[in-house]
Amino acid sequence: MSKARLMQGNEAVAEGALAAGVLFYAGYPITPSTEIAEIMAERLPRIGGTFIQMEDEIGSMAAIIGASLTGVKTLTATSGPGFSLKQENLGYAIATEVPCVVVNVQRGGPSTGLPTAPAQADVMQARWGTHGDHPIIALTPSSVQECYELTVKAFNMAEEFRIPVIFLMDEVIGHLREKVVLPDELTLVNRKKPTVPPGEYIPYENNESMIPAMANFGEGYRYHVTGLTHTEKGLPTGNPEVTRKFMQRLTQKLDPYLDRIQLVEEVQLDDADLIVVAYGCTARSVLEAVHIARSVGLKVGLFRPITIWPFPQKQLEKYVDRKYLVVEMNNGQLVGEVERLFGYKAVERLNRIDGELITPKEVLDRIREVI
Amino acid sequence: MFSDIAQYFRTETLPHIWCPGCGIGTIMAAIVRSIKTLQLDQNNVIFVSGIGCSSRMPGYLDFNTIHTTHGRALPFATGIKAARPELDVFVIMGDGDSTAIGGNHLIHAARRNIDLTAIVVNNSIYGMTGGQTSPLTPHDKRGTTSPFGNLERPFQILDLVKAAGGTYGARATAYHNQLLTKLVMDAYNNPGFSVVEAISQCPVSYGRRNKFKTPADMLLWQKEHAFKAGQKRTARDEDFQIGEIFKSEAPEYTQEYEKLRQKLREVSLNG
Ligand SMILES: Cc1ncc(C[n+]2csc(CCOP(=O)(O)OP(=O)(O)O)c2C)c(N)n1
Ligand code: SF4
Ligand SMILES: [Mg+2]
Repeated sequence: MSKARLMQGNEAVAEGALAAGVLFYAGYPITPSTEIAEIMAERLPRIGGTFIQMEDEIGSMAAIIGASLTGVKTLTATSGPGFSLKQENLGYAIATEVPCVVVNVQRGGPSTGLPTAPAQADVMQARWGTHGDHPIIALTPSSVQECYELTVKAFNMAEEFRIPVIFLMDEVIGHLREKVVLPDELTLVNRKKPTVPPGEYIPYENNESMIPAMANFGEGYRYHVTGLTHTEKGLPTGNPEVTRKFMQRLTQKLDPYLDRIQLVEEVQLDDADLIVVAYGCTARSVLEAVHIARSVGLKVGLFRPITIWPFPQKQLEKYVDRKYLVVEMNNGQLVGEVERLFGYKAVERLNRIDGELITPKEVLDRIREVI
Repeated sequence: MFSDIAQYFRTETLPHIWCPGCGIGTIMAAIVRSIKTLQLDQNNVIFVSGIGCSSRMPGYLDFNTIHTTHGRALPFATGIKAARPELDVFVIMGDGDSTAIGGNHLIHAARRNIDLTAIVVNNSIYGMTGGQTSPLTPHDKRGTTSPFGNLERPFQILDLVKAAGGTYGARATAYHNQLLTKLVMDAYNNPGFSVVEAISQCPVSYGRRNKFKTPADMLLWQKEHAFKAGQKRTARDEDFQIGEIFKSEAPEYTQEYEKLRQKLREVSLNG
């Protein structure tokens, strides 16, 4: 029998992580994400796991990568200023292909900004915040229920694809209280471990799946991990041919799996003249506006990327020859992806960057203007 | 000389990248000899390093090894040790790595007294990037970014670690490499955060600019300026003590955490 509970978004993330089997959390306090750390501090030691408060977010990111190499599922959570500090070792986790989940409960503004106000302004940072060409997965929930279920999926993707998964929330969703129905059964994925004896193990093997098997530290598979460009054996190299192959696999390794990675919600799109693209808390206002618009005969639909990176291009590009409106709480970030598909002339925007929510009425007014 | 410890090396990765006359190789051999003498299980030993010439060491060693980001070796090692306390975790850092960019991590690893065996290869300079001043470059000495002599004063790294709560500190040099082997063993045996400062020579990025004609001159400098506890200290500023510098007892982080887990388990069992 499914259990229902009233939960806050951040709490649902913590519960989802525990349900997914997280056993290690390292973090540094920051509003509006701190509840996740507090729950982890209370729960993890009870189940044989570890919580550690590090000296900063750089160290937190480092610690979860180190712990993950020993075979445990790991989590950290932060907000904008801390997310900036995590970029260095986020890049390290990407290059060394170490699974972990990084929550960013977005707040307003650059720098210290608006600590207690919502925003969606780290969308591009989630994609390109760390230097160099790289793949990334970023998921963005719109409800507390989704916080729970999507966190489980975030861990599954991290484990399956050996990649850090960014869980991009906003302050509204993080602090919202809603009913969550805890599913009876969850599908959990664990990283693929080597099946060959240690002597034959190739830690960064360029195999057909593009995802090499991952051995735990301390179990007899002695291998090297480095953020330097490396050979399939994991050893540093400057050889252009080896580098090309490594970079090719790294940057393309998600491609065979995009169908499963790119999650979207599509509401009344088939006959829509206007497709509104929105995600996170903003999508809630848009959904309401779409319902009202429909009730007065306007053909409007919602396209909600749940997976924001890699951007679900395939799912959206089938809706050609419509009008598009991208609603986001930033100065226009994800809109660039939609413009790339349909040309900037076909795409309208609605943005807000003052820490206030975009209301259904604002969306409706804008819908009327552009349709 | 190398054959006694060859089993601990990824021999296919040799030759190494270090310059002729560099002290890091000698220090690496001394560390590996301590692991051999301690008879540690090769599969249970983890080497973690930062970024720099010294931090390239783990790549040559046949353990589970991780070459992390500049200054961050200790928080990576903290994650490994906290998740799997039964692993033997050694951390290799440069002087810039551990005291400049990683200085905050150093004092917090010491404060937690987490059971890591850290070796700081102190060559008084940023070797890998070509000889810039580090927080351990002596006053008045030259680096490419202190062309008129260093205006700043260096850290005393072991004083820093001790003050922050570390429970073992020792110092040796590339010249005194047998002593280094012994000290690394003692550091390993200390159940807490232990730091061994291994003074090294960087003839290429430091020696040339600071009136050392040959690597041998630098080794002789190490020999002449080192003194042991109880030996009378000479009047020369550059002299430094070698051997164990401090040792104390304090609760170790991963053990304390395990006690917490046990306590919570008992509470839940007893209702
Ligand atoms: C974040 C970052 N900043 C700067 C560098 C460039 N860098 C590489 S090694 C190094 C200094 C190394 O000096 P030290 O730690 O003393 O090690 P050594 O090479 O002397 O052994 C620097 C500044 C880097 N890799 N990463
Ligand atoms: S630059 Fe200095 S520290 Fe680096 S390998 Fe050369 S001699 Fe050694
Ligand atoms: Mg140095």
